[in-house]
Amino acid sequence: MLTQAVAHEHHHGPPPGLMRWVLTTNHKDIGTLYLVFSLVMFLTGGCMALVIRAELFQPGLQLVQPEFFNQMTTMHGLIMVFGAVMPAFVGLANWMIPMMVGAPDMALPRMNNWSFWILPFAFAMMLATLFMEGGAPNFGWTFYAPLSTTYAPPSVTFFIFAVHMMGISSIMGAINIIATILNLRAPGMTMMKLPLFAWTWLITAFLLIAVMPVLAGVVTMMLMDIHFGTSFFNAAGGGDPVLFQHIFWFFGHPEVYIMILPAFGIISHIIPTFARKRLFGYPSMVYATASIAFLSFIVWAHHMFTVGMPLAGELFFMFSTMLIAVPTGVKVFNWVATMYRGSMTFETPMLFALAFVVLFTIGGFSGLMLAIAPVDFQYHDTYFVVAHFHYVLVPGAIFSIMAATYYWLPKWTGNYYNEYLGKWHFWLSFVGVNITFFPMHFIGLAGMPRRIPDYALQFADFNMVASIGAFLFGLSQLLFVYNIIQCVRGGYGADSRVWEGAEGLEWTLPSPAPYHSFTTPPDLREQGGEH
Amino acid sequence: MRLSTAAFLVAGVCISQGAAAEWQLNLAPGATEISRSIYDLHMLIFYICVAIGVVVFGIMLWSIVHHRKSKGAQAAHFHENTLVEIIWTLIPFAILIAMALPASKTLIEMYDKRDGEVTIQITGYQWKWRYQYLNEDIDFFSSLSTPRAQINNEEDKGEHYLLEVDNPLVIPTGTKVRFLLTANDVIHSWWVPALAVKKDAIPGFINEAWAEVSDPGTYRGQCAELCGKDHGFMPIVVEALPADQYQQWLADAKAAKAADAAAADQELSLEQLMSRGEAVYNSQCAACHQANGSGIPGAFPALAGSPLIVDNRAAHLDIVINGKPGTAMQAFGKQLNAVDLAAVITYERNAWGNDLGDSVQPREIKALQP
Amino acid sequence: MTTQYYVPERSYWPILASIGLFLMALGAGTLINGLQQDGSNHGKWLLLTGAALMACIVFAWFRNVVRESRAGLYSAQMDRSFRWGMSWFIFSEVMFFAAFFGALFYIRVFAVPWLGGEGDRGSSNLLWQGFTAEWPLLQNPDSELFPGPSAVISPWGVPLINTLLLLTSSVTLTIAHKGLKTGSRATVKLWLALTILLGIVFLGFQAEEYIVAYTELDLTLKSGIYGATFFILTGFHGLHVTLGTVMLIVILLRVLKGHFDAEQHFGFEAVSWYWHFVDVVWVGLFLFVYIL
Ligand code: HEA
Ligand code: HEA
Ligand code: HEC
Ligand code: CUA
Ligand SMILES: [Cu+2]
Repeated sequence: MLTQAVAHEHHHGPPPGLMRWVLTTNHKDIGTLYLVFSLVMFLTGGCMALVIRAELFQPGLQLVQPEFFNQMTTMHGLIMVFGAVMPAFVGLANWMIPMMVGAPDMALPRMNNWSFWILPFAFAMMLATLFMEGGAPNFGWTFYAPLSTTYAPPSVTFFIFAVHMMGISSIMGAINIIATILNLRAPGMTMMKLPLFAWTWLITAFLLIAVMPVLAGVVTMMLMDIHFGTSFFNAAGGGDPVLFQHIFWFFGHPEVYIMILPAFGIISHIIPTFARKRLFGYPSMVYATASIAFLSFIVWAHHMFTVGMPLAGELFFMFSTMLIAVPTGVKVFNWVATMYRGSMTFETPMLFALAFVVLFTIGGFSGLMLAIAPVDFQYHDTYFVVAHFHYVLVPGAIFSIMAATYYWLPKWTGNYYNEYLGKWHFWLSFVGVNITFFPMHFIGLAGMPRRIPDYALQFADFNMVASIGAFLFGLSQLLFVYNIIQCVRGGYGADSRVWEGAEGLEWTLPSPAPYHSFTTPPDLREQGGEH
Repeated sequence: MRLSTAAFLVAGVCISQGAAAEWQLNLAPGATEISRSIYDLHMLIFYICVAIGVVVFGIMLWSIVHHRKSKGAQAAHFHENTLVEIIWTLIPFAILIAMALPASKTLIEMYDKRDGEVTIQITGYQWKWRYQYLNEDIDFFSSLSTPRAQINNEEDKGEHYLLEVDNPLVIPTGTKVRFLLTANDVIHSWWVPALAVKKDAIPGFINEAWAEVSDPGTYRGQCAELCGKDHGFMPIVVEALPADQYQQWLADAKAAKAADAAAADQELSLEQLMSRGEAVYNSQCAACHQANGSGIPGAFPALAGSPLIVDNRAAHLDIVINGKPGTAMQAFGKQLNAVDLAAVITYERNAWGNDLGDSVQPREIKALQP
Repeated sequence: MTTQYYVPERSYWPILASIGLFLMALGAGTLINGLQQDGSNHGKWLLLTGAALMACIVFAWFRNVVRESRAGLYSAQMDRSFRWGMSWFIFSEVMFFAAFFGALFYIRVFAVPWLGGEGDRGSSNLLWQGFTAEWPLLQNPDSELFPGPSAVISPWGVPLINTLLLLTSSVTLTIAHKGLKTGSRATVKLWLALTILLGIVFLGFQAEEYIVAYTELDLTLKSGIYGATFFILTGFHGLHVTLGTVMLIVILLRVLKGHFDAEQHFGFEAVSWYWHFVDVVWVGLFLFVYIL
């Protein structure tokens, strides 16, 4: 049944040595590369966050100068978003989607390798700006013109090209995932039987292809304004700085859902597994994801309530943003209904998943508060916003990635991780995250603006608390790293199902999963619907 | 989860009790009608969210406690129920509408564009504010007055650390004051929480906002849009005075301006110029070019030993007075009076080893000023 | 249905392509930053090395794919993957242009009228007294910093000809495609060559138009927002026509070498999709940049 090529060249496992990783076309190798890259970036971006938190430990300037502080804020945001969260999800997709849909590999394996290997170069270039004259980008991860054009340090040129490279990488990665899901499904796996991780990624990939080119377009306009005399963002020539913000957020808002939709998928796998009960409301999960994606294209200006939009614009963007609470609520309710009358156990992945549901929802609530335009005039650009997006990103996106890692590690390595350490990691992270980010709501409401290296005295207490929390949270990640390394090196072996309640094709493969997932496609046509 | 639910509730209780001003946890109701309706909206949404949270997390917690395997729970088999799904789509929708109505009402009130009795043009500069009272011939800059020593932890920090300025904005109470916001270089954002005004100041465009302050008092705020290095150091102080005191202030400000103009015709000695120049330099220029004239490589040029200063007096005068469009170097000819300009230029020509020995007189500047 | 999979061997192309891309980005950045300090630097050598490397790899990589395809290694499923890939790639290109079209609409509907004193933020005109909003902008808000063009290009001369050229080229390409499907190779060669010719003539006219704009009309990148949007839209379109023409040439060469048959000719189809896409973008340009 197989073609000659598969049978001949790919029977045996991976070739040894470094070149295995450089030249590989294997989805698992590439997935691993993405995940390791993402972990390194998370630690790098995290260390920058610790610089920020250390400077903000007390009022006054102690550790760093304002110009460097701004560079840290900017690089922290960029690295976490483009270097940590996005590659982690792409890595998980690479590992799991072919296994979930019953394929041997990704649809376009060579391009898959290229998508990955662009990234280290792009980030090397971006990090190199820290050592250039005038310093690294210092205009925030949202790089509003004209601070990022006329008033930017020279390194902005390299930043622009780095963004172009990341864009190319993401678009190719997304195309690959779409082609795999649409084209490589095992016979009988209809769209409504598709595992939710694949569904959410399909929609995420669509978002990526739709908005990464827009980001490329806007940085190109910046490049033209800086070096070739155009006036896109300069009123003197008839342009408008706010134009930049519209285009950026047309990309930027879908971007934040790019960082959460795959997380929804992951949680929708983990909760049923550990509740030993089928996911409640599979079809509504799919429709809700699609609605969120659709709405994400028409809400962008909720980041711009204070730029002076006409009243009709403010109202439109306020209403459309509020609407997102409805499909997101459906998801939350479905998860809770899945737990309801289940038979729950609380292994590490489940703990992270439960924390996700609660803390993400809290982040969603503050999002909804931000969506109310008149009140956003008070919240905008304060630490209340910082609290909001860290709640959806850290105990949201990052927790889901950690949950996924614990959940699938036995499948990847064939070994169970150390459950005891995993639980410690969870509880320390959980406490740390809340100590870090919860007080930020208070200092935000009390009036502390974001992106400042020094602050007035009334914000001092909570800033100190937040800084302590950040170090606690940061240091507990060392447990995570240690646990993974130990698990890769060996341990107590896992069977193919791994978790008692796990359902889906990926659990029919042995653990560790073979180098080529399904060399013969499994046939699902006879079986009843999985969902 | 238990912990965070608890934290959330505790927070709710704290906030609703409106903790002490010094240890503020929540939005303050503020000093205008708009700011108070915003505060009410804020509390309304907050309570709704807490209520939804209690229900959702409550059910979740209940399941976690009771439906656990270790307690012998057997998993049920249901996994779909269209009616339930419809209900929990419609209820949130209804709640949202209930929030949207009052929100829209407040927003529409804020967009009331009728003219105010006092109109002030506010321009953001890196890193200070300029206030021009249209029709009143009053025009001044307002910048941070906290001493550098406090920022660098060499001195104890004062009560209004980082929230104090040299010249506050003065407005009358009980009057609709209209603000026209714009910027000279990058985007800034003018924010005074008690007035519930936060509006971006965008170079090349004008945004409008207004406030009608009910109680006299001093209200403090900050620039709320990242605008470069000293974004954290461009506070706003608004002094709201009753109408009669406001009129008095207007008259005093105009008199002071006339006195300044007269001073520009005097001849000043090198020492006088140098000591005044140092003060002006430290308040106006040191943020970028640094107190010792060394600049910041790649961003702001060094003035110590700058060839432009040393070799070309005319070019030196020109760049300080007219700035350089498209860079952070502003046209100080429109910002400082002739005496200050003469002093700061003289200072630059003679400080940090530039030792050129010449002085620049106010009269020379006046001829060049736009 | 799905029973056959082709998984390619390990490959050197991706990593080399990453290095090539990196060198190009690094070189371009160094070069562009050098322009401002008018100093000579190594940017252009880095850029050239990167570009040369990329060119070699693109050639080698595609040769590799063509060989695999001709060796019959690709199943119908693989073919579908390529189709999905190409379609979504074109969609990403659509969105790239959408960013620039969006900018043009925003500028024309909102920004310029506001600067001219109309609409919600019309008070902005206080800062630009004397400026009136009239598209095309011959007079910018600050005409010292951004002197406007003396005139803009009339749609009914060269642009109209170019529209006809591109529309015709879509037709000729379709005829070539028909020829391929009916197995008439002579038809394919003739009409494909004609398409290429039309593409080249289009580019020639566009170059001519740019020269006129720069030398006679003072319509440049620096002449304010009209010039900026004009050149970014037509410029990126022109780059895409260039790329499309090169790809058509490659396809022609492959036809001459006897590649493709009536059933198996995805390479041909992919390029023709691309060409039609470029054509559609042009129609948008003609409408929104030139006429309206
Ligand atoms: C993963 C990322 C992520 C996610 C998922 C979200 C989700 C949401 N965000 Fe957030 N957001 C960010 C990342 C994210 N955001 C980032 C990074 C920024 C800052 C960018 C910057 O400036 O640097 C930001 C900023 C931001 C702003 C701009 C604030 C400002 O700058 O002034 C706004 C305003 O509307 C907003 C709104 C929302 C809303 C309404 C949601 C909704 O999707 C939330 C929906 C969820 C719920 C509401 C909870 C669950 C629902 C129920 C239990 C149902 C019942 C509930 C009700 C009826 C209330 N976000
Ligand atoms: C997914 C995205 C993401 C993640 C995970 C984080 C994680 C964290 N962020 Fe992040 N943050 C953003 C996205 C993210 N952030 C964005 C988009 C902004 C806005 C930027 C802007 O304004 O432009 C921002 C801004 C931002 C600010 C505001 C800065 C300002 O306005 O001036 C602060 C301040 O406290 C902060 C703190 C933190 C902390 C403490 C963490 C912690 O969770 C980090 C924890 C991780 C670690 C601490 C690493 C742990 C590792 C070690 C300790 C081991 C070291 C060992 C080796 C190196 C081998 N962030
Ligand atoms: C917001 C930042 C900022 C402030 C404040 C500022 N400058 Fe500058 N200055 C610059 C920048 C940027 C340049 C470089 C302009 C260029 O690109 O040539 C510059 C250039 C100069 C130069 C020319 C130096 C050279 O070698 O080319 C002089 C002289 C100068 N400034 C004097 C002053 C004086 C006097 C003041 C205060 C009254 C001042 N500057 C305040 C940013 C600033
Ligand atoms: Cu001005 Cu921030
Ligand atoms: Cu958003």
